[in-house]
Amino acid sequence: RPRVASDPVAFSHLGSGSNPFQHLEKSAVLQEARIFNETPINPRRCLHILTKIIYLLNQGEHFGTTEATEAFFAMTRLFQSNDQTLRRMCYLTIKEMANISEDVIIVTSSSSYVFPMLSPQTTMLQAIERYMKQAIVDKVPSVSSSALVSSLHMVKMSYDVVKRWVNEAQEAASSDNVMVQYHALGLLYHLRKNDRLAVTKMLNKFTKSGLKSPFAYCMLIRIASKLLDETEGGHDSPLFDFIESCLRNKNEMVVYEAASAIVHMPNCTARELAPAVSVLQLFCSSPKAALRYAAVRTLNKVAMKHPSAVTACNLDLENLITDSNRSIATLAITTLLKTGSESSVDRLMKQISSFVSEISDEFKVVVVQAISALCQKYPRKHSVMMNFLSNMLRDDVNESVCLWLGGFDYKRAIVDCIISIIEENPESKETGLAHLCEFTRTATRPFAQVRKKGTAQNFKSAVSALAKFGAQNDDLLPSVLVLMQRCMMDSDDEVRDRATFYMNVLQQKQKALNAAYIFNGLSVSIPGLEKSLHQYTLEPLEKPFDMKTVPLATTPISEQKTDIAPVATSKLPERLAPSRQDIYQEQLAAVPEFHGLGPLFKSSEPVQLTEAETEYVVRCIKHTFARHMVFQFDCTNTLNDQLLQKVLVQMEPSESYEVIHYIPAATLPYSQPGSSYTLVRLPDDDPTAVSCTFSCTMKYLVKDCDPNTGEPDDDGYDDEYVLEDLEVTVADHIQKVLKPNFAAAWEEVGDEFEKEETFALASVRTLDEAVGNIISFLGMQPCERSDKVPENKNSHVLFLAGVFRGGHDVLVRARLALADGVTMQVTVRSGEETVVDVILASVG
Amino acid sequence: MDSASLQPSLYTVKAVFILDNDGNRLLSKYYDPELYPSMKEQKNFERNVFNKTHKADNEIAFLEGLTIVYKGSIDLFFYVVGSAQENELMLMSVLNCLFDSLSHILRKNVERRCLLDNMDGVFLVVDEIIDGGVILESDPQQVLQKVNYRADENPLSEQSVAQHITEKLALTTNVLQSAKEQIKWSILK
Repeated sequence: RPRVASDPVAFSHLGSGSNPFQHLEKSAVLQEARIFNETPINPRRCLHILTKIIYLLNQGEHFGTTEATEAFFAMTRLFQSNDQTLRRMCYLTIKEMANISEDVIIVTSSSSYVFPMLSPQTTMLQAIERYMKQAIVDKVPSVSSSALVSSLHMVKMSYDVVKRWVNEAQEAASSDNVMVQYHALGLLYHLRKNDRLAVTKMLNKFTKSGLKSPFAYCMLIRIASKLLDETEGGHDSPLFDFIESCLRNKNEMVVYEAASAIVHMPNCTARELAPAVSVLQLFCSSPKAALRYAAVRTLNKVAMKHPSAVTACNLDLENLITDSNRSIATLAITTLLKTGSESSVDRLMKQISSFVSEISDEFKVVVVQAISALCQKYPRKHSVMMNFLSNMLRDDVNESVCLWLGGFDYKRAIVDCIISIIEENPESKETGLAHLCEFTRTATRPFAQVRKKGTAQNFKSAVSALAKFGAQNDDLLPSVLVLMQRCMMDSDDEVRDRATFYMNVLQQKQKALNAAYIFNGLSVSIPGLEKSLHQYTLEPLEKPFDMKTVPLATTPISEQKTDIAPVATSKLPERLAPSRQDIYQEQLAAVPEFHGLGPLFKSSEPVQLTEAETEYVVRCIKHTFARHMVFQFDCTNTLNDQLLQKVLVQMEPSESYEVIHYIPAATLPYSQPGSSYTLVRLPDDDPTAVSCTFSCTMKYLVKDCDPNTGEPDDDGYDDEYVLEDLEVTVADHIQKVLKPNFAAAWEEVGDEFEKEETFALASVRTLDEAVGNIISFLGMQPCERSDKVPENKNSHVLFLAGVFRGGHDVLVRARLALADGVTMQVTVRSGEETVVDVILASVG
Repeated sequence: MDSASLQPSLYTVKAVFILDNDGNRLLSKYYDPELYPSMKEQKNFERNVFNKTHKADNEIAFLEGLTIVYKGSIDLFFYVVGSAQENELMLMSVLNCLFDSLSHILRKNVERRCLLDNMDGVFLVVDEIIDGGVILESDPQQVLQKVNYRADENPLSEQSVAQHITEKLALTTNVLQSAKEQIKWSILK
């Protein structure tokens, strides 16, 4: 590109003056649009006006409903013109305006053919059905493509109607035209994706027939890898062979898609990865930046799990560390940090320091994560990395105050990383703390000015972070208190509230208070708390509001952290989406029989009660309440010649659990999932009876129906279907809670009801296995990263935290020793004695 | 997390936009209603993308959790946006098709003024390449055939020819001017 282009000044005098659409007035344009009604039609002028309208819409100009509808009706006249461009612009304008004007029929157009069609009512759709079916199989490829893509858009509104066009889509899929193939495949998959058998058949057919379109190949690869994932198919499956064969396709796009699919498969062995890695290696030296980027990004992913598989590419990656595209360079360096030897660390760190200020925050987080992983691998290098991290912190703080706030997420990643280095490397504690303190001092200095520039949200987090520093560090406490005092006069309500709250807590100088309110914070779900408080204010009671009735937050922070993809999605933290459990709570609240059960305590992950590819697919979600459990059975009927009615799941408990209510699913048509519920009372007299096995049978009324029309017979017959047994275990009664500071929480609960017992786990061979078993058995949250067992150790301590049904905190400390099998000493603490007993009894 | 977001689907393109070299929007289409639903969010996103990309012609960037492929030409910037998991080469094929088709209908004058003079053709081309986020066509020859639009269908009026020439002249003078300045400064150093 010529040098001039990047110099805006050179063009500025031309700037606005040369834009024919500058200063367009909506009302003036609409005024001009009156010539649409003139006879004869003046194509050139009309074309120009239509262009202006689209341009205005594109700039975000708002058209009122009446304006849009009027303009629309005037425009319909222009369809009579024989100027093709004018007619096409007309369709385009109407398409752009479709969502504003009333009664407008959406138009999809393609070359000279047009499908004027579709208002949201299905009746309308049926009217054009025959026309659509013909268009899908039209000999002109662009007509067929447009019809297929329009059908795909329509699936959202009327699945049932579009479903009837499957045969036509099938015919189109064997077209010679590459785009028609691709669009037909996409539509077919979309219509069949809930029917695993049909998807399998379709894959078989197309993988054998050999498609021409590279896009269609990419789509097939995605479908195949999704199916492999769902069926947990082994890598000897023909689907895997198909994906692997695509590595030899002549189109780069397909090759890359296949390599990426293989890399993303869980449980891939190094041998299976090798061919994918070697094509990615070739791409690393491509002249196309996008291909180099794609390759190195995927290799980075491989390096996380299988660093040794990527070592063969080290030389190619070395060439990329000076790439002018900094994203590519960063990814290459972080990959090398994972695969390279200890001796190359210093050099790579130096290289990346030279341009770290140029890369975007998204990639800075990638760098920090790579370093964090590196510290675990090469503990001796911690001083180099610590220096690097603190330089990253310091540079930005000094550079500009704004950056400190702008990059808050990435700063937090650095601080987290330093903290974890300290935790894992006792010898680095001193330097690490010194760096943190320095950061705090530097950061607190511009703190007051920060308020002026930062957004309120960032500032709130900053206040909380500050409180943590104050609570951790006695010598910083006075200056933190001064800053808090200043924040108490802030103009933002929430900032004031927070500052007042932290100020009061900090002034008490009590460790227990700091632990409860600053380090460990609230572990309840925020939307849940809001709902509970609202409920409380509606029905004022004598007794004070009980925090324990609030549902707990279900996603512990640490899980997100360990799992972050190298390229973190920065959009996530902005919205406070309701958790899975909040959604269930809402759904259950809609069933009148469940009123009075109190708040939902925990919802389990779905448990499959049927084999894959059976007539009916049933999975169960266990919802735990204070004294009851609700079993939600999500059933899907995969037979297109049956309609099920009054579907319920009968449950026979092995213990003294009492089934009190069945809520059947009224109807279960083909492939539309429905839910039936069973309400069970937990035994009151024996609080230690936490586990139980239920034998389950699905009962229903069958009505045969015509597979084509879905019309059911009048008469039906009762039938039943035996499901797999359902287990309720201790984990269903415990909700995970992350205690960022376990020791403080341990002291806070106290030893009043502490109990200790020793067990021998004879069948367990390694500490890792023991830790995994205990966590999944108790369903509690591992704290202080104690779920990771350091290599070559023969003893380990696991810290677990949770809340037992009814809202009692429970903490477990398990000391493990490896000898012949694993010996485990379990110490349990809780504010409630029965809870301690339940845990110990269930472990034994 | 990754496998969940890689749902097999034809909806590949999240957004496409063309900006001038001040970062102003000339054309922009968002196909995912959940991505930046308001005009303000869209323009903020475009501003952010422009600031991070206009200085270096790097072809690909990752911003706000989205993969963005781009290309600059004189005083124009073309962007195609997809999800973080999208096949980067698919996005590139859309970008290349868009650029080549426009280059053809603008008779190789891929610059702001010429683009604005043929805005109707530009709208039609974009509509032929992407339909609601689905790649409809990726072969520029096919696109051109379907659009059947030629820039010289609109012969320039005398006035606009004159204007055009003045601008071209002004541009040249400006380039010369800035070159002179640069030489002067390099000597003074």
